[in-house]
Amino acid sequence: MAETATTKNLALAKAINESLRRALDADPKVLIMGEDVGKLGGVFRVTDGLQKDFGESRVIDTPLAESGIVGTAIGLALRGYRPVVEIQFDGFVFPAYDQIVTQLAKMHARSLGKVKLPVVVRIPYGGGIGAVEHHSESPEALFAHVSGLKIVSPSNPSDAYWMMQQAIQSDDPVIFFEPKRRYWDKGEVNTEAIPGPLHKAKVVREGTDLTLVAYGPMVKLCQEVAAAAAEEGRNLEVLDLRSVSPLDFDSIQASVEKTRRLVVVHEAPVFFGSGAEIAARITERCFYHLEAPVLRVGGYHAPYPPARLEEEYLPGLDRVLDAVDRALAY
Amino acid sequence: MTVESTAAHKPRRSAGGKAGATGTERTTRTTARKSAEPELVQLLTPEGKRVKNSRNAEYAKYAADVTPEELRGLYRDMVLTRRFDAEATALQRQGELGLWASLLGQEAAQIGSGRALRDDDYVFPTYREHGVAWCRGVDPANLLGMFRGVNNGGWDPNSNNFHLYTIVIGSQTLHATGYAMGVAKDGADSAVIAYFGDGASSQGDVAESFTFSAVYNAPVVFFCQNNQWAISEPTEKQTRVPLYQRAQGYGFPGVRVDGNDVLACLAVTKWALERARNGEGPTLVEAYTYRMGAHTTSDDPTKYRADEEREAWEAKDPILRLRRHLEASNHTDEGFFAELEAESEALGRRVREAVRAMPDPDHFAIFENVYADGHALVDEERAQFAAYQASFVDEDGGK
Ligand SMILES: Cc1ncc(C[n+]2csc(CCOP(=O)(O)OP(=O)(O)O)c2C)c(N)n1
Repeated sequence: MAETATTKNLALAKAINESLRRALDADPKVLIMGEDVGKLGGVFRVTDGLQKDFGESRVIDTPLAESGIVGTAIGLALRGYRPVVEIQFDGFVFPAYDQIVTQLAKMHARSLGKVKLPVVVRIPYGGGIGAVEHHSESPEALFAHVSGLKIVSPSNPSDAYWMMQQAIQSDDPVIFFEPKRRYWDKGEVNTEAIPGPLHKAKVVREGTDLTLVAYGPMVKLCQEVAAAAAEEGRNLEVLDLRSVSPLDFDSIQASVEKTRRLVVVHEAPVFFGSGAEIAARITERCFYHLEAPVLRVGGYHAPYPPARLEEEYLPGLDRVLDAVDRALAY
Repeated sequence: MTVESTAAHKPRRSAGGKAGATGTERTTRTTARKSAEPELVQLLTPEGKRVKNSRNAEYAKYAADVTPEELRGLYRDMVLTRRFDAEATALQRQGELGLWASLLGQEAAQIGSGRALRDDDYVFPTYREHGVAWCRGVDPANLLGMFRGVNNGGWDPNSNNFHLYTIVIGSQTLHATGYAMGVAKDGADSAVIAYFGDGASSQGDVAESFTFSAVYNAPVVFFCQNNQWAISEPTEKQTRVPLYQRAQGYGFPGVRVDGNDVLACLAVTKWALERARNGEGPTLVEAYTYRMGAHTTSDDPTKYRADEEREAWEAKDPILRLRRHLEASNHTDEGFFAELEAESEALGRRVREAVRAMPDPDHFAIFENVYADGHALVDEERAQFAAYQASFVDEDGGK
């Protein structure tokens, strides 16, 4: 890593690519595995060029079998490797769900701490790209409910770069949800900066009237909501959670104690979603500070709809503003 | 694209790339192990000549009584399916479809197997079986809804015994097996056929479907279209033995058929279906074919495969082959081809119009059919959604 201090303007997908490249370079135990990650560079080109430079034994095109991908990554990790596996799309993680939930998540505890599983499972997730079914889902809550897994989701290229570094260095399994509709968004990445803690939330916009909490693809939307609300004289704070498990309740609490109102936004269905956990805890912690119930904006209790309906299904500017209005009306 | 089969047995270092600590890896068999000429059942050569040999003898009888009219029918099916496929690809380019998975090159595998089926047989397709759908009498326009993004399937599987397309790789092979177990329990003599790709053969579900079908002697035909690629991964990234040989380990027969030979596909599938009907259990058919286009319209095959490969396969074009045979046997006249050409154009036009006329779904469709018996939460969310939508009516003048 002889590069001098650099700040690059990178798309989010490219930021992850450079982060993976750095990890492969720095640690010979780091491996990339997945379907089409080699020559094609992944269907989103996140691993573009890595096989060319690091060879087929470091950047491994796997058979088309997700249970196999995660299961063998577990074995490789047991042998001292640090696999970073790619699941092609959110809806295709389920063949691997058994391995993730019953094995990856639990082995550290079962071995009384003797076994560490530094496996990163990368999952491009969420909608907004007009895809066919199983290509637009947000299954993070299904993983967050399982102890033993850490779950993160960056919202911008800089976080994508640094959170990937930290996820790979983590000795715990990390499910790394990549907001696929933000893959092409560009931003500054300082490859020399010292990042903050992986699981700490970040205030991305200061405000006084209400807190919007989001992660991954919804952070940008919440910033747009805050900008729109500002035109109506409302001063919203936007908190980027960055991590779904563990969840930084302290930062949410600090913000809510200031603004007294909270709206949680995520693409995943609201019912039993991460917003429910946030609402419950914050109600417990901030009961006397809250001026309004914690409101949630997210997907419905319905299958992710076909592309021509996803605008209606996904939280958009108007739906979030509507929730903001409702919270402020109390 | 063939490699001597012995070469791959030698351990080799991975070529190129930065050497890390894993550079000492014992063996990296990065080279394909492929037999020079895959053994396959063929009844028509690429030049359109009928083949007779010991390998095809067992199957040839299933195509022995094919009449000239039936041959023309197979030809027509393939031409129209290709035309439909080309139209769908064009419609995707014009922004009318969000995505399209082309079957270009796989017409013989699909029409041959599809025409082997009886009406009471049941088909479990993946997402590329447009030719099989055609054989089942599914209106081609129905296939386009999910690719346009107006529904997630959208047809009644029971009206043509043609199940919904399945996007999660390999899942449907288990459904087919279970369905076949049901057929057997009912004492019916129908058969079930499950389509999947060479990539899918790696999925646990497919292995489990082999296990279940063998153990319960289910009347199911596994029809694997080995089109050589699973997106960017060649078949060698899924298996080190020819796929049809997998069946042996589960205790049922596997056979590799020339997937670009519609007659051979017809014959071999009929043979396998007959086994199923006779209570002889599952069969694996590997149709050895080629995906001539991209994986889907989102894919860029230039990143991973050479043009020469496609060119070599074009010489084995399934449609051209049957045309040569028809012409050499004087089974057609000029009028046949001209009429078919006109019919093709009409089909293209009809599909184009049908797609353009396809309305966007009603917004409330999100909440429809989530449960068969209804659900209070869905009702509540639908009502909230309605109230929210209604709040816009005044400003926008509707919608
Ligand atoms: C479980 C699962 N994993 C990954 C994908 C993404 N994907 C869609 S098609 C495909 C390749 C399938 O190849 P193959 O089975 O050979 O069928 P083909 O498309 O070539 O007909 C992949 C990886 C998927 N749909 N489902």
